Amino acid sequence: MATHDFAATASHAHAAPQGFIRKYIFSLDHKVIGIQYYLLALTAVFVGMYLSLLMRIHLIWPTASLPLLGEIKPEAYLSLLTIHGTIMVFFVLTTAPQGGFGNYFLPIQIGAPDMAFPVLNMLSFWTTFLAFMVMLASFIVPGGAPLHGWTGYAPMSALQSSGPGEGLGADLWIISIALFCLGALMGALNFITTTLDMRAKGMSLMRMPLTVWAWFITAILGLLAFGVLLSAGVLLLMDRNLGSSFFVPMGTISGQLTGHKGGSPLLWQHLFWFFGHPEVYIAILPAMGLASQLLSVFSRKPIFGYKAMVYAMLSIGFLGFMVWGHHMFMSGMSPYSAFTFSVLTMAIGVPSAIKTFNWLGTLLRGRIRFQSPMLFAIGFVSLFVSGGISGPFLAQPLLDIQLHDTWFVPAHFHLIMGVASIFGIFAATYYWFPKITGRMMNEGMARWHFFISLIGTYAIFMPMHYLGMAGHPRRYSQLTEVAYLHRLIPLQTFMTYAAFITIAGQFIFLFNLIWSLKYGAKAADNPWEATTLEWTTATPPPHDNFGGHTPVVHNGPYEYSVPGAPRDFVMQTDPEVAATH
Amino acid sequence: MASFTPTASVDDPRLALDDCGNVPPVRGGGGDDGEPWPGSPDYGTRLRRARLGLFVALIPVLMLFVSFTSAYVVRQGLPSLDVRTNQMVRDWIPVQLPILLLANTCILLLSTASMEFARRQTKREAVLSPAELLPRDLFGDERAMPWLALTIFLGISFLTGQWLAWRELATRGYYVSTSPSSSFIYLLTGAHAIHLMGGVLALFVAGGAALLRRPAPTRSILVDITSWYWHFMALLWVYILCLLEFAH
Repeated sequence: MATHDFAATASHAHAAPQGFIRKYIFSLDHKVIGIQYYLLALTAVFVGMYLSLLMRIHLIWPTASLPLLGEIKPEAYLSLLTIHGTIMVFFVLTTAPQGGFGNYFLPIQIGAPDMAFPVLNMLSFWTTFLAFMVMLASFIVPGGAPLHGWTGYAPMSALQSSGPGEGLGADLWIISIALFCLGALMGALNFITTTLDMRAKGMSLMRMPLTVWAWFITAILGLLAFGVLLSAGVLLLMDRNLGSSFFVPMGTISGQLTGHKGGSPLLWQHLFWFFGHPEVYIAILPAMGLASQLLSVFSRKPIFGYKAMVYAMLSIGFLGFMVWGHHMFMSGMSPYSAFTFSVLTMAIGVPSAIKTFNWLGTLLRGRIRFQSPMLFAIGFVSLFVSGGISGPFLAQPLLDIQLHDTWFVPAHFHLIMGVASIFGIFAATYYWFPKITGRMMNEGMARWHFFISLIGTYAIFMPMHYLGMAGHPRRYSQLTEVAYLHRLIPLQTFMTYAAFITIAGQFIFLFNLIWSLKYGAKAADNPWEATTLEWTTATPPPHDNFGGHTPVVHNGPYEYSVPGAPRDFVMQTDPEVAATH
Repeated sequence: MASFTPTASVDDPRLALDDCGNVPPVRGGGGDDGEPWPGSPDYGTRLRRARLGLFVALIPVLMLFVSFTSAYVVRQGLPSLDVRTNQMVRDWIPVQLPILLLANTCILLLSTASMEFARRQTKREAVLSPAELLPRDLFGDERAMPWLALTIFLGISFLTGQWLAWRELATRGYYVSTSPSSSFIYLLTGAHAIHLMGGVLALFVAGGAALLRRPAPTRSILVDITSWYWHFMALLWVYILCLLEFAH
């Protein structure tokens, strides 16, 4: 029998809301807001996948006429590319792990009754929601969605006349990004204040679960990075609508002087990538924290090197702000600058390797339980290594110049930033679904989902490396027009079929999610026999998280297989075992 | 089956690196967006949390202006291509700032003084007020109100002065699109003005809280964080002015 130490005073910020609107729409409860973020990301990921499927269809059958859409034009391909990238990076990879699971579980895992500023938390979600709507609206305005890619490189993005979609569609794209930045900043403010000021008694920094560390560091990165992206967006809007020339040099379009003078497209790249590289870690760090958590829980072992994991995440976050130049090796930068950025980029391999070896160390001689959250956590490690290993290649300026505008780069970032993070989201869903809903997800469907996703992911993205090494350029919409690409079309075709199957597999997940809500087996209070605070409270957690109590923490978060303990796990709130061990 | 032991006696955290994890949440746990509620944290905790939130919120504002500064410095030293002559030219022509900006600076610095008086006054009242017992205390906010009103007046005067300075620039033929240097003047002063408008809005909210006789601790926290924000805005303005005037 576990004994939990709780202080008895109620201390929640606000009474439980009554009425549908206050309870489920404009809720101040971090748990409801977390679910809202998750549902937004879930919608976004299916939109993003649909767009990617259209792109893959167009690559293989460029003249095919699709139901309702007709034939996809080359410029429409670039619009799909732009919105796919933007939605996936911002509204999925940034939104679900941080806004979704972070919102729901950070306060509970540190023993707080809510976020520090619940109203701000609600505003943060609705700003993000509005940003998503504005982003989608760019498809339906005259000219359609922008063509400039998710990186929005100037001068294309700065000139309304540079192509269809670069008019109102591009303005909406920038406004959407700016709104997203505001929402993300409000969220980051809440995460940092809550973590620093609302931890339960006994929850010292070094007793926080690694998930909390990951959300906390991610929030710091967001706080520093999104302000810079916002500034770049403001300058871009001014260039487009007020005639300033921050990013647009003097030049001509179709033989006509643009009216701009003296701007620098490289300035955009510097500002964008100063945000853009930390954004990679904003996407992946929460998944790293979660993988650490799950590998420990399902190996029934303490995480190998807890402090090393914390310092590795801090190092990754710190170094992440010093390497933006490696995205700009093609821009003609000084070889000395390129060398510096190259060395710093490879330095990130050190904390990344520490994390990887610690994950493997955690698995070593563990009593591993291969349940669905664990499968996806292991899948995350696999994808992180597979995607990460190509990073040092791209960090070499000379190699990058060869590979930069080829499919090698999408292969790299899809594996490490995209799918690895999404595996983290899946792992979190399977792990915390019982706590959120009181029901288990179906394990059989989860396994089918895992194997289809893992094999499908590798089938889609590993061949991209070979395309890149063969010199296949990115962003080409019509491969049949280029003779030397003909021999690569079978590989593209294979990837397209793999994408069909992988996306079909995601409907198994969606079905499982909805089906389990009603028909899933009833979950026990602590079905995974984990130690952290969310498993000490009722399922689903009450409005104030701990039912009028506040937990008191005595132990670290990864006390598994403790010698002398009556069970193979010791809850963080268990004072009896803490006294004997 | 878990059993809950309703006790607050604990051992010392073995790995604690800080004090924060040792603060009993019964004193400080709970979200805070302004109004107290039964069982809400005490005044000190609420003030500390609000200040922490504000200081964290100032970081992205700082990053925004660091980013603008970086763009400003880079652009100044950047030669650009003149496609008509096909030559690299230096086209940075400094714009003489309106002298009115100096008067505006004095007004803003004066407003920080009045803001500080308002902050200290409301804090004194919050400490003296038996707010825990009488949420709608009877002391009012009379002594702080004139300082708040003066700060609002000076803030609006500053914004009006900035608008007049932009008018003067326009009269001299400098618009946003005229030259790179004029673009940056409008950008930096405009971004600062928008942030200061937020401060004026917060002052109105603080004033409204006093008029509506909100509890003294709530008013004090509102005025306190607005004052820190206001001081930051004044400092930021001095920085922007120095950047525009001296960074060539």
